[in-house]
This record gives sequence, structure tokens and C-alpha cells, in this order.
Amino acid sequence: MSAPTLSTSSTPSKPDGPGREVPAYARREAFTSALRRNISAHGFLIGAVLCFSFFSWYPMVREFLLAFQKTEAGKTSWVGLRNLKYVANDPAFWQAWRNTLLFTGLALLLGFVVPFFVAIILNEFRHGQGYLRLLVYLPVMLPPVASVLLFKYFYDPGYGLFNGILHFLHLPEQQWLQSTSTAMLSVVIASTWMNMGGATLIYLAALQGIPGELYEAAELDGAGLFSKIWHITIPQTRLILSLLLLMQIIATMQVFAEPFLLTGGAGPEGSTTTVVYLIYQYAFNFNNYGGAAALGLVLLVLLAGFSAVYVRLSRDSED
Amino acid sequence: MAERTLISPAQLGRPRGKFLYWSVLVAVILLFTLVFLGPLYWMVTGGLKTAQEYAQSPPTAFPHSAHPKNYSDAWNIMDLSKLLFNTLYYAFGALAFQLVFDVAAAYSLSKLRPIFGKVILGMMLATLMIPATVLVVPQYLTVLDVPIVHRNLINSPWVIWLPSVTNAFNIFLLKRFFDSIPRELLDAAAIDGAPPLRTLRSIVLPISRPILGVVSIFAVVGVWKDFLWPLLTLPDPAKQSLNVGIYSLAQGVPENWLIAALAMASAPTLIIFLIFQRNIMSGLTAGSLKG
Repeated sequence: MSAPTLSTSSTPSKPDGPGREVPAYARREAFTSALRRNISAHGFLIGAVLCFSFFSWYPMVREFLLAFQKTEAGKTSWVGLRNLKYVANDPAFWQAWRNTLLFTGLALLLGFVVPFFVAIILNEFRHGQGYLRLLVYLPVMLPPVASVLLFKYFYDPGYGLFNGILHFLHLPEQQWLQSTSTAMLSVVIASTWMNMGGATLIYLAALQGIPGELYEAAELDGAGLFSKIWHITIPQTRLILSLLLLMQIIATMQVFAEPFLLTGGAGPEGSTTTVVYLIYQYAFNFNNYGGAAALGLVLLVLLAGFSAVYVRLSRDSED
Repeated sequence: MAERTLISPAQLGRPRGKFLYWSVLVAVILLFTLVFLGPLYWMVTGGLKTAQEYAQSPPTAFPHSAHPKNYSDAWNIMDLSKLLFNTLYYAFGALAFQLVFDVAAAYSLSKLRPIFGKVILGMMLATLMIPATVLVVPQYLTVLDVPIVHRNLINSPWVIWLPSVTNAFNIFLLKRFFDSIPRELLDAAAIDGAPPLRTLRSIVLPISRPILGVVSIFAVVGVWKDFLWPLLTLPDPAKQSLNVGIYSLAQGVPENWLIAALAMASAPTLIIFLIFQRNIMSGLTAGSLKG
């Protein structure tokens, strides 16, 4: 039981001089007031705690149980690591991991580096910055089905806009989503368009916090444009950069909606099957919840490390 | 005078600097308008084209003739009014639940400081560490048969509303804001004999309007954009949200109608965004920058 703090009790505190005994009735009163305070405090918490218990904490526990269980004909038994072995022997397992890592790598190249340079350029403008900020963030607000289906039409090899543009520029037309070599890249391009607004705005806010004197000092030392970016802009925004990097790794490794909507999930010869799509397939196409949970656990273990560093860093940034 | 940035004002002041600045600015504005507004333009005009013109190669930049009837046809055939209503119902219901439960929880954790409060907050924040997609399968199995009460929530709005409360990020944002409200203000109310609920209503909530706005927008947009969860839990076509409904109808309708439907489905969030853009963008940076 935590000590009841005087400042929060609803009864005004009695003047307890040094050496004076606290009378029993006062102690009892302090105890009942602390009790009353705790009852009302937990009353305020109960709704959220119940929702977390049912829809968050219990499923978390269940994920661990499912991964090591098998349910057949209504009977549940422990199978140890057999679920994991089963999914690891599926050739789709390694392909899904390769695809997911490819997606994450490409998405970081486009979705992490591009917004940073876009933000650096936007930050230099004294005019039209509001309009440009609005534009970058616009796609983030679209329902994903709208932006994804839109891109699906752009990618159409027959009458799609992209091949129209390539044709106009006398460049070779592409198969986009239809070919194993370009399918994943096409998914990444669409995903970057949809999501880069958030990162750009966060970078912009970070850039605006850099003191101008630093640049002045660097100029006195004869620094050029790129050395100013390298020695001032990047170190000054290092914390935000690393937070966003972690956030994007965590988010892109869980990609589902984009490949699912653009290529039906698997893509040509499984070239866009991601780990989360494989989880979806195990659970909802093959009814193999144990396999899905085992696969989920692998993803969880991998991402928990990133998440822990993220939470740690963001807590440090608060102090 | 704004803080100076990468390029020095002196450099910008020279004729060469001025020329470079304006040419880069114009180029960026044109490029961004093309890249980010272009697809939206294409969507709105694509919905106006006839099926033949739509399937033409290369695609046309301006529709030969406008067919607004595509929009009303798509609206009726795909029953967009129902999908739109469903989505609004889910989004604002989720907003109500989050505002009541998450604000109460954050207030309690921040100001009432109950016993085990730190543990509960820690357990809530721990859910941020678990990748959301990993939980989809066990969550789905849970809503099939909710423990203790034994209810199946599939196809009911509760399946969207109740899990939306488990938003540790919103609770964290709210708690941090409440932490910044001076103690003395609440103590004064307590000495006047105000119970916690009254203090929350007449002191904390009025001060917290900005953060409540941010959380509300995140809550509504979150439901509006969600795809996987409603796809799994709302299989009944009469109960579907916009994203899922359009996805499942996408195969069976002519493409120019589908494009018109996409334009109409995008309109509500775009309008919300244009009205509240300042709050949304400041909320976004407040949420991720931490201070």
C-alpha cells in the first residue's frame, strides 16, 4: 500500500508539529480518504482496463499459447516447437522473409531517405511551404483502398498511366505488378506515395529546431552545403532520425494491406508474399492457427528488439 | 524573423541565389502538385469518363465528355450510402468510446495516482511493443467467443469500438498532457469539495481541448483507414466499412464506376483534413516528437 500523500487527500491536512503524535482518529481518516481516493481512481480506470484485458492482454497471452498448441477436432494439445518447425519447412516461409526484407530495404531507401531530403528542401523555402506540406500529407488521409486501387490502375500494363508516360518518353514499357522482377518495387513505390507525408512533417519539425548559429559558425569555417548537412543537420536531428528509422522498420516489416490489395497478396510466383500475408494465409485460408501464431511469434521476437530500443530512445528524448 | 536555415540569407540575397531559389521553388511546386495532386485529379476525372474512353491507350488527360451519371450509378449500385454510414457509425462510436475510457484512464493515472497505477500504465505501454499484426489472429479468436461473457462480436459494431479503446498511444498522449496541468489547480478544486469527476469535467477537460482534438482526429482517421481488422470481423456485406465494401465489390463493377466510387470514398477524409489540417499536422508532430 502506497503512503497516502497529504496533498491529494480531500481533507485539509492537520498541523502536525514536530514531535507531536498523530492521533488515531486522524490516521484512520487518512486511511479512509486514501481508500476512497483509490476506489474512485480505479473506477476511472475500469473501462480501459477491461478493454485492454479482453482485446490486448489476453490475446497477447493467447498468441504465446497458440504458438505451442494444436487444436484438432475440438481437442487442444501441446506440441512444443512443432508448429514452428512446420512453418519453417514451408518453402513460402523463406520466400516471405526474403520478400519482407526486400520490402523493408526498398521502403527505407525510398520512405526514409527521400522524405529527409524533401524536408531539407522544403525547410529552405520562405514561400509556399504550407501548400507543399499540405500536398505531401494529402495521401496519408486517403482510405488505403482508394490509393491502392488507384495505383493498380496506374500500373496496368495495357492502358495504365505509368506505361502511358513511359510510352510518351519513348522508354520501354514495364509489366509492373505482373512481373516477378518489378512487382515488389511497384508495391514499395505505391506504399511510399501513400505514407511519406508523416515522416516528412516530422523531419520538418525537427529541422526547424536547429539553431541557425550552428550554420553560421560552420560557414565561418568554410563549410559547403553538403558538409553543413553532414556535420550539422544530420547530427542535430539524429534522435528523430533514429526514432523514425526504428518506427519505419517496425511498420514496414508488418506490411499487409498494400501487397494484399495490389497483387492479391502473393503476386507473380509469390514475389510479394510477405510474412504478415503468410500469417493471414495460415490463419484464414488454411485454418492453421498454431502455424500462424508460431510465425507471428518469430516476427514478434525480431521486432520486439527494435520496439524496445524505440521506447527507450523516445523516453530519453522526453527528458 | 524566422530562424535562419541551411543556406545563408546573404547567399540568397545575391542575384544568383535569388534566381536559384525561385527556380527550385517553382520546380518543386510543379513536381509536388503533379505527384500528389495528379492522382487525385486523375481519379476525379477518371470517374467522369465513359468505359471506352477509360480503357483507351494511351490514357487521356481530359475526359472527352463528362459523365457525372457514373457517380450516381456507382453510388447506387455499390450502395455507397450504406458503406459510408457504416464507416461513420464505426468511426464516431470508436471516438466516443476512446474519449470516455481513455480520457478517464489517463486522468486517473496522471492525477488520481491509484495504487498499481504505474503497473497498469506499464502494461498498457507494453502493448506498443507488440507488433499489431501479430495480435490479429489471437484477437480474432477472442472476438469469436469473448471469454467470461461468451459473446460472438463478429458483424457487430462492438468489434470495432471496444478494441479501439486499447490505444496505448492515445492514453500516453493524454496522460502526458494531463501531467502538465498544475497540481494547485486541482488541489484548489479538491479543497472546495469537488469530486474527481467534477474536477475532470470543469477543469481538466476545458484546458485539454487541443489534445482532445488531436486524439479525436487520430481516432476517427484510424477507423476510417483500417483495412485488415474490418475485413476479418465484418464479413456481412450489409455491415461492411467503406474500405472493405469497395474492396469486395471491386471485381464486379465497370472500372469507370469504381474510380468514381474511390473518389467519393476519399472525399470525407480529405474534407476533414482540409478543415483541420493545422490541428492534424501539429498533432502529428506533437505525437512523435515528444516535447
